[in-house]
Amino acid sequence: MIVLETKGLTKHYRVYQKQEGLWASLRGLMRREYRTIEAVRGIDLQVERGEFVAFLGPNGAGKTTTLKLLSGIITPTAGTARVLGHIPWKRENAYRRRFALVMGQKHQLWWDLPAADSFRLHQQIYGIERRQFEQTRDELTTILGVRHLLDRPVRELSLGERMKLELVAALLHRPEVLFLDEPTIGLDVVAQYSIQQFLKQYQQKYHTTILLTSHYMKDVAALCRRVIVIVAGQVVYDGSLSGIMHRFSRDKIVTVVLSDGRPAGELARFGEVVSTEWPRVKIRVPRPQVTEAIAGILHSHAVQDLSVEDPPLEEVIVEVFSHAELSPRQSSTGAGVAKGRENSP
Amino acid sequence: MKKTSRVAYNLWRRVQSWLTIFELSVQERLVYRGEFFLGALMRFLPIVTQILLWAAIFEAVGGVTQARIVGYSYRQMVAYYLLTMISRAFSSMPSLASGIARDIRDGNVKKFLVQPVDLLGFLLLHRVAHKVVYYVMALGPFFVIFYLCRGFFEGWPDGSVISAYILSLLLAFLLGFYLEATIGLVGFWFLEVSSLVFVFMLLNFFFSGHMFPLDMLPEPFRSLVALLPFQYLAYYPSAIFLGKVPAETVWLGVGVQGLWTLAAFVTARVVLYLGVRRYSGFGG
Repeated sequence: MIVLETKGLTKHYRVYQKQEGLWASLRGLMRREYRTIEAVRGIDLQVERGEFVAFLGPNGAGKTTTLKLLSGIITPTAGTARVLGHIPWKRENAYRRRFALVMGQKHQLWWDLPAADSFRLHQQIYGIERRQFEQTRDELTTILGVRHLLDRPVRELSLGERMKLELVAALLHRPEVLFLDEPTIGLDVVAQYSIQQFLKQYQQKYHTTILLTSHYMKDVAALCRRVIVIVAGQVVYDGSLSGIMHRFSRDKIVTVVLSDGRPAGELARFGEVVSTEWPRVKIRVPRPQVTEAIAGILHSHAVQDLSVEDPPLEEVIVEVFSHAELSPRQSSTGAGVAKGRENSP
Repeated sequence: MKKTSRVAYNLWRRVQSWLTIFELSVQERLVYRGEFFLGALMRFLPIVTQILLWAAIFEAVGGVTQARIVGYSYRQMVAYYLLTMISRAFSSMPSLASGIARDIRDGNVKKFLVQPVDLLGFLLLHRVAHKVVYYVMALGPFFVIFYLCRGFFEGWPDGSVISAYILSLLLAFLLGFYLEATIGLVGFWFLEVSSLVFVFMLLNFFFSGHMFPLDMLPEPFRSLVALLPFQYLAYYPSAIFLGKVPAETVWLGVGVQGLWTLAAFVTARVVLYLGVRRYSGFGG
């Protein structure tokens, strides 16, 4: 069952272009220059119930804007979207009771009060039945190990503890669709890991449809089968995480542990030597030449150990991002930025 | 039957969430009770200087017992001043507008777009809670002051006047709330509303009767000021209590105040609607 569908979803912002210097500022009072930012440029998506989807992309690619469109905070310039049968930007309460948005940088819990109080308010504004409320609250706080923190004012908690409670608050009404915008931003590895594990468990149990943006590849690798790469407001890849490798990574990394004293420099003829920590040498070899290269290395060197791997995910992603930004499809409209000039309204 | 019980249930749920918002706001306020209490106390200090100031003025124009300034005796003037303090305890909304503008600027307003909660309703309950906490804390000091100053009053007005007075105070609260909320909501268009707040405070200061009774003003200013909503924030309730409003027009005046309040309510709603539309169109 498709729970989320967009067609040609587009969002342009018009922002006031402030000029440098006093004179320009004064002139700006009379005549303003605007710049149109094409944050999202025609995104088509279909998400099935129970999918866990990650949005990847460099800063400013349009990931958060897409989540804002889907949660109804902003209205699109063009295109359509339906989530659970609702048009998000109509902001009907019927829709608002069925999804949740968690932004890693914004908090919704009352700062000076214990989280238990905020939870109680959520119970009422979402009309959650008491027994269900208590059960969900206890279950989620137990899994996340924050049950003992419920009665402490939120301001006294650490960022990680707070984020966990924010997540619980967002899940109390058992949303069918959950949007997570950088949920682990600024957290230490331990907190990141426990939130990852929690999301995984939760999603498996309740089959909630989750869309996540994150800069941490570990989040994505641990959680999402499906990855959507957005660059300059457009989808450049939609598929599995491992598929990114096949599609975008043209190289393999061959690691050789040498057992003779022959200089590693000679290995350069098989590919680019990435690192040398004697006797371990890493060579980047184009995919089609891997077999040939291995044969050559084994022939010319005494090898103790040899392995072939994909390059690190982060590296491939960076490559995907930069390629997409340079590809002719993107640059035809001026790298996502069009300039316009108008008089102030 | 089923439909009515469903409506009743939904309403009951709604009332429950209002009560919880109210309760949490009270608790939140009590977290900073020390600072709050000190602030409340400090508000009473200017009373002494005001009383002394008016005493000096009346002394200069012919003595505190006989002199009259545009129909006001010294006693009436001090009584008026004390009553405007009560009016303003209802109608003033410290940091409401700037708080709304800040929430818009920092993006905290998103919460109200995503969750099934109404922004203005939430803020109203929040403000009612703050006021209630304030009244409870200030009750003692208010009582002491009015007891000490009882000589300035000429006894209690009759029941009808008292009820008009109380209604007028409640309307003053709502009017003040929706006027300031509207100014805060202008933050959807401008990032900074502090100068607008300042202009509002100035107008309020001069035209609400905060400093002196408005019926002291010469024509045509008196009539002009009567056309503005500001007098209902301080002058009008006090004038009712002091019997300055003719008995037959008291309720008419309260009715006009009600209309102003309604107008402010509608304006705030419209500005919120347009503001959210703009916000969601622009960037959020």
